[in-house]
Amino acid sequence: MSELQVTAEPGVPQVLTSRDLDAPVALVYRAFTEPELIAQWLGPRKYTMTVDRYDLRDGGTWRYVHTDEAGNAYGFHGVFHGEPSPDGIVQTFEFEGAPGHVQLDTVTFEEHDGKTTVRTNSVFQSVQARDAMVDAGMASGMSEGFERLDELLDRQLKGRHVTDG
Amino acid sequence: MAMDQLDAVFGALADPTRRAILTRLTQGEASVAELAAPFRVTQPAISRHLKVLERAGLISRTRRATARLSHLRAEPLRQATVYLAGYREYWEQSYERLEELLAVLQEQETDRSQPGDPTGRSTS
Repeated sequence: MSELQVTAEPGVPQVLTSRDLDAPVALVYRAFTEPELIAQWLGPRKYTMTVDRYDLRDGGTWRYVHTDEAGNAYGFHGVFHGEPSPDGIVQTFEFEGAPGHVQLDTVTFEEHDGKTTVRTNSVFQSVQARDAMVDAGMASGMSEGFERLDELLDRQLKGRHVTDG
Repeated sequence: MAMDQLDAVFGALADPTRRAILTRLTQGEASVAELAAPFRVTQPAISRHLKVLERAGLISRTRRATARLSHLRAEPLRQATVYLAGYREYWEQSYERLEELLAVLQEQETDRSQPGDPTGRSTS
């Protein structure tokens, strides 16, 4: 099975990923650009995905929302830059919980022998923002910590044991 | 969440010692000495880290007898953790789902192109 490669060099506000998919580029591009298809794969299964708008053109805007089982909604939006095509998609990405923290994403597709390599390049506003977003989740041992944290937050936000009351 | 506070949260979470402190606090409140124990740093250094976490709203501190206890604060972390926690997990799961979807789409295309396809072309 293909592995997701994630590269985050120290001191550089950038994250690179690469993933091989067993499908031709035309089909992969459709899955990345047709809202009804995007809603079927983007994000972890635990979220319900709603694509609010997806105006695939230079200057067009996009927005989607992940909703968890408890009904918490997490919105994301951005703008396409340059004409999106199977050669590449350039867009801004902003989490609505952190307005003003914008990343610049470039996605490229490369077909070889009927398979497609998807590469993403995300540029952040600072190394600090990059590290907070990526390193915090990836540092060894921390994902378990975050899972515990998440469980704890769930319990606390359900109204009991809130220590900051 | 205000942008200043998000900056403070990002700044606080960018440091591995402070992330470790937060992980420890998921297990319950702790004194400065307890928090310093696993690290090769002095208690004043831990106190400085705690000030950064407090300013970011990630912990609150109370006094019990002579000890100052730190507590994790849930509210400010809620949005941040969803955003921060699972970059790799998010994309790994997404790509797994995408592979399944692509397999279904390819099957549909093959089904469509087979009977009566004048080109006799297979898209698989």
